[in-house]
Amino acid sequence: MAIEVRIPTILRSYTGGAKAVQASGSTLGELLINLDTEHGGLRDRLVDGESLRRFVNVYLNDEDVRFLGGLETPVADGDTVTVLPAVAGGAL
Amino acid sequence: MRYDSLLDSLGNTPLVGLPAMSPSGDVRLWAKLEDRNPTGSVKDRAAFFMIEQAEKDGLLRPGSTILEPTSGNTGISLAMVAKLRGYKLIVVMPENTSEERRQILRMYGARILSSPAAGGSNEAVRVAKQLSAEHPDWVMLYQYGNEANARAHYETTGPEILADLPGITHFVAGLGTTGTLMGTGRYLREHVPGVRIVAAEPRYGELVYGLRNVDEGFVPELYDESVLTTRFSVSSADALRRTRELLAQEGIFAGISAGCALHAGLAMAQQAVKAEERADIVVLVADGGWKYLSTGAYGGTLEEAEERLDGQLWALFPRRR
Repeated sequence: MAIEVRIPTILRSYTGGAKAVQASGSTLGELLINLDTEHGGLRDRLVDGESLRRFVNVYLNDEDVRFLGGLETPVADGDTVTVLPAVAGGAL
Repeated sequence: MRYDSLLDSLGNTPLVGLPAMSPSGDVRLWAKLEDRNPTGSVKDRAAFFMIEQAEKDGLLRPGSTILEPTSGNTGISLAMVAKLRGYKLIVVMPENTSEERRQILRMYGARILSSPAAGGSNEAVRVAKQLSAEHPDWVMLYQYGNEANARAHYETTGPEILADLPGITHFVAGLGTTGTLMGTGRYLREHVPGVRIVAAEPRYGELVYGLRNVDEGFVPELYDESVLTTRFSVSSADALRRTRELLAQEGIFAGISAGCALHAGLAMAQQAVKAEERADIVVLVADGGWKYLSTGAYGGTLEEAEERLDGQLWALFPRRR
């Protein structure tokens, strides 16, 4: 019951302004479903059908979940999940 | 080494070992020093290839005007090539980009148009696209979608690395336009079975992410996920710490994106140690630290530097007011 999910500014309206919330689940997909019961509407902003939305990046302990198993990626207590919008790079 | 002109000296940068930071003789880290390019960054490769291609395609003629959204290095590289080839250059940069870069660009004769700081490079891209539509005679090379950007690395960076280190197991670089990773990654994948291509993505400050609607994000047209093995998000604090370690332990004075890539490279090294596998990990050092001195990244304690940079790292340094 202790996976920290970091929420980007733009989605904090769903978390009452909180920068990070706790959630549980055995996979990322399950975690997002559980997250949605407390923060209604959040999952729909991140997931479209069976996969992550194109402009949403989700990292498990700083690694992009698209390279780990997407929504099927296993998660465990102590993990940190970070949600970020896809943006153009910086020092270009 | 002797060259006919500055442009002829492009590429063929040194690949140097990082003996102090490498875990063992079996798991070694190497730095590809891209600050040893004509204007001091990896972007010289992309700029030169994009301009050459536009010339071949007949898009650029003597006196033509080039337009490009850039927060610095690409602009400086384009400005140098444009100066030598007789083109005008207009760069669109976030309004709070560091003063060093503005001064260099002005010296090369570039015109600078500012885009709003909030939104970072996304805004610069948006403004440049709008200007391009209004001025059809301006040539926007558009590094985020120009295949010559990635091809520069397919034809130069990749072959150089393979020639210097045939046993390469990992290539790690920062993820911006994605050109470096796409071009070098494709080349290495074609020549080195099992090579891992690792992207290190700087985690920008809230100023960059803050105003983005998740439906209006930006993924560079060049980006092809299948080229990468994995992708890490690296915090400013970790990038800054590694940048300083690179100087303290190996003597290399690099820009902060190098620290970002190095952080991911060290993670790969630890993985290899744990798995008891041999590894030769190449980390791309995109530029030197000179252009970032005014940001305060290199002075005081890490905590102080981090605080100064908080929310504004990478493209987004407030000019001292």
